[in-house]
Amino acid sequence: MADDLLLNIKGLVIEATAYPPGEPPKDITLVHGVDLALKRGKVLGLIGESGAGKSTIGLSAMSYGRGGVRLAAGSIMLNGREIRTAAPTDLRHLRGREVTYVSQSAAASFNPAKRLMEQVIETSIGHGLMTKAEAEARAVTLFRKLGLPNPETIGSRYPHQVSGGQLQRVMTAMALCPKPDLVIFDEPTTALDVTTQIDVLAAIKEAIRDTQVAALYITHDLAVVAQVSDEIMVLRQGRMVELGTTDQIINAPREDYTKALVAVRSIEHEEKPEAPAVLSIQNVTARYRGTNFDVLKNITLDLPAGQTLAVVGESGSGKSTLARAITGLLPPRSGRISFAGRTLSNETKARSMDDLREIQMIYQMADTAMNPRQTVGDIIGRPLELYFGLKGAEKQRRVQELLDQIEMGAGFARRYPAELSGGQKQRVCIARALAAKPKLIICDEVTSALDPLVADGILKLLLNLQAESQVAYLFITHDLATVRAISDKIAVMYKGAVVRYGQKSDVLAPPFDDYTDLLLSSVPEMRLGWLEEVISTRKMASAGN
Amino acid sequence: MRIPLSALIGMIFTGGFIFVAIFAHWIAPYPINDPVGGVWEAPSAQFWLGTDTIGRDILSRLIYGAQVTIFVALAASILSFALGTFLGFTAAVSGGWLDQALSRSVDLMMAIPSLIVALVLLSVLPLNLTVLVLVIGILDSTRVFRLSRAVAADIAVMEYVEAAKLRGEKGNWIIFKEILPNALSPLVAEFGLRFIFAVLFISTLSFLGLGIQPPLADWGGMVKENRDGLIYGKTAAMLPAAAIAALAISVNLVADWILTRTSSLKGGRGG
Repeated sequence: MADDLLLNIKGLVIEATAYPPGEPPKDITLVHGVDLALKRGKVLGLIGESGAGKSTIGLSAMSYGRGGVRLAAGSIMLNGREIRTAAPTDLRHLRGREVTYVSQSAAASFNPAKRLMEQVIETSIGHGLMTKAEAEARAVTLFRKLGLPNPETIGSRYPHQVSGGQLQRVMTAMALCPKPDLVIFDEPTTALDVTTQIDVLAAIKEAIRDTQVAALYITHDLAVVAQVSDEIMVLRQGRMVELGTTDQIINAPREDYTKALVAVRSIEHEEKPEAPAVLSIQNVTARYRGTNFDVLKNITLDLPAGQTLAVVGESGSGKSTLARAITGLLPPRSGRISFAGRTLSNETKARSMDDLREIQMIYQMADTAMNPRQTVGDIIGRPLELYFGLKGAEKQRRVQELLDQIEMGAGFARRYPAELSGGQKQRVCIARALAAKPKLIICDEVTSALDPLVADGILKLLLNLQAESQVAYLFITHDLATVRAISDKIAVMYKGAVVRYGQKSDVLAPPFDDYTDLLLSSVPEMRLGWLEEVISTRKMASAGN
Repeated sequence: MRIPLSALIGMIFTGGFIFVAIFAHWIAPYPINDPVGGVWEAPSAQFWLGTDTIGRDILSRLIYGAQVTIFVALAASILSFALGTFLGFTAAVSGGWLDQALSRSVDLMMAIPSLIVALVLLSVLPLNLTVLVLVIGILDSTRVFRLSRAVAADIAVMEYVEAAKLRGEKGNWIIFKEILPNALSPLVAEFGLRFIFAVLFISTLSFLGLGIQPPLADWGGMVKENRDGLIYGKTAAMLPAAAIAALAISVNLVADWILTRTSSLKGGRGG
C-alpha cells in the first residue's frame, strides 16, 4: 500500500566536488542510483565501510548534503511529496519536524554554553509544535524513557556536566521531542565505550519501539545494527550490495561481501604455552606530573618472547599509559621494568640504542604517526639507516623487502602518506617497526580506526609476522573480539589496576569477576536478541552510568 | 592552480621592485649623488619625477634607494628568521628550563618598544650597514621566535615526533627533518610580513637620521631630505613615501595568498 511508505527513494545519485591537492577540482559520484523504501514505524539499518555512502544517503532523507555534496538525480519522496528539489523554505519546515537527526559525536554537536533542556526543546518550539511547558514535559518523559538519571533535573545541566553516553541519550531525546516521523541515527554509539554503548543502544531501541517512529540506523558494525533494525541494507562504494530482513542478512547472507562482513572477527588463534618472559613489569606505579593520583597502580605483568599479551580495558583504564611507562615517556614512580634480561632505564633519553631499537611502537592513528612530508621509502628507511647504517641501494633493497612483507608492492616507496588508504598507512607503520628488527612491538589500538574487514587483514598480517620473526606484541585494545583473535595472555585493566590476568583460556573462562563479566557481555554478538539477553542478565552497571 | 587577481598584482609589483633593485645601476638615468638640475624641479621629460632638495634626479635616487632598502630589509629578515626559528624550535622541542629561559628573555625584549631599543643601540654603535642589519634582525627575531615556537609546539606533540624520539633521534634531526618541513608554509607567509616590517623599520630609522647614512640613498632618508619642500607644495617627499607603501602592499598581497593556501591545506577549500 503506497500510504504505508514514509520514505521512498528511487535512483538516487549523489555527486560531490573533490579538491585533490595540486590538481584541478573534479566531480566524483558518491552514490550510484540507490533505491530505498521505509514504512512507518520500521527501522532500516544502513551498513558499510567508510566511503560506502551510508551517511550521505542517510542525510539525503532530509534532502541535505554536507559541504559540496549535491543530490544530483533521482527522487526522494517523504510522506508522499518530492523533497529532493524542494525549496529551502519547505525544507526548513520539514527538517526538525518530520525528520530529525542524531549524530555520532554528541559532545561536538551540543552548544557548550546552553543548558541541555533549552537545546532539547528548541526545534519543537521553533516550529511552533508545542508550548514551552508541553515541550519540557515531553522532554522529561523522554529522559525517563531513555533511562537518564534524575530526568526532572538533568535538563538544567550543561553538556560538559554529563557523561558521553548520557549526552548521546539526551541527543536522542532531542531528536524525538518534536514527534518526528523519521529519525536518522548516524553511528550514535560508535564513539562510546563498549559497556556504555550497550546501555545507549538498549535505550534507543526502547525509545524507537515506544514512540513508533521510523528510523534509518547508520553504522559500520553489523552486530550493532542487528539488535535494532527490522531490515538491513548493505552498501559498498555507493552501491547497494544486499537488502534483506535482519534475520536473513545475519543468518543467511547471499552476497560474498555480506558473508565476509558477517564472518568478520572470526580469526582463530591457538594460545601458546607459558614461556620465559622477554618483558617483565614489576609493581609499576605511575602518575602524570602535577597530579596527585596514580594512573597506574602496582602493575605486574610478564610477556613471554614471541607471544602476545593483550591489555584490555575501557578509555581511562590506563592501558595507553602503561605503554608510555614501558617506552619511558612517562617514567614510573616506583617499580621495575626489565626487558630481555636487562633492567630498562626509566627515561627514554637514558636508554641505549639497542634498548630503543628492540622496543618498537605502532599507534592507533597511522595518519598522525607518519610525517606527512616524508615518502614511504624515507619512513621505512630511516630505522635501517639509524640502527644498521644501511645506505643507497642496500637500503632500498631492504625497504622493498619490508614492503613485500606487509603485502604492498613496488612503487609504494615513492608515495606520500596522503596517497595511501587507511589500511595501507597502518601497514607502513608496521613495516617501520619491523625495520628495526625488534623483540617487542607495542600495538596501541592499531585496528580501532579501521573498517572491520581492513582490521581483520591487519590482524592476520601481525599474526603471520609473529610466526616468521618471533616478535612479541603488547597489544592494547578495548575490543574483546580482537583480543580473542590475537592474544596468548590477557590482562584486564580497570581504573589503573589489573583486575584479571593470565593465559587467554583462563581469563576468558568463568567464574568472572564483575568487571570482566560486564566487559565480556558488552561485546556485540552477531545474533538476534542478544541485546535483551545481556541487559537482563548482567551483574554490574557500566561505568558511564 | 588558480592564482587570485590580488596575489597576481602583488607578485608583479614585488617582482618589479626586485628587478629594479638588482639592476639599479643600468636602469637609473642619472648618477645617484650628482646635482643634475635645479632645486625641486617639477616632473618633466628630462626628470620624470622631478629633482630634490639639492637638484638630484628623484627617479634615480628612488631606484638606487630600492636597492639599499630591499637589501638591508632582506638581510635583516633572513637573520631574524634563522635566529628566531632555530631558537623557537629548540624551545618547543626541549621544553623545560631552556624553553622558560628563552621565552622569558624574549618577553623581556618585547616589553620594550623595538624603536627605542634600536635608537639607543644605534646611537652608541658605529653606523654602518652591518650594524643596522644586526640590530634590526635581532630585534625582529623575537617576533619570529614567538610564531615558530607556537607552530613547532603544535607539531612537537604529533605522534610522528614522539615516534622519532622513541627511535632515539637527536634534537637536530627532530628540528630539521620532522618539524621544519611541516612548519614551512606558515613561516614563509610570515617572512613576507616581517620583511615589510623591516622595510618600515629601516625607513623610520633613516627618517630619524640613525639608519642608512649619506652618500647612500634610501627611501626613509629621502623623505627626511625633502620634507621641507612640503611646506612649499613640492611633492618630492611624497614619492619615496609612496614607494614604501606600494612595496608594503604588494608584498602583503602575496603573503596573504600564501597564508590562505596554507590554511586550505588544513581542511579549508582554499582558492
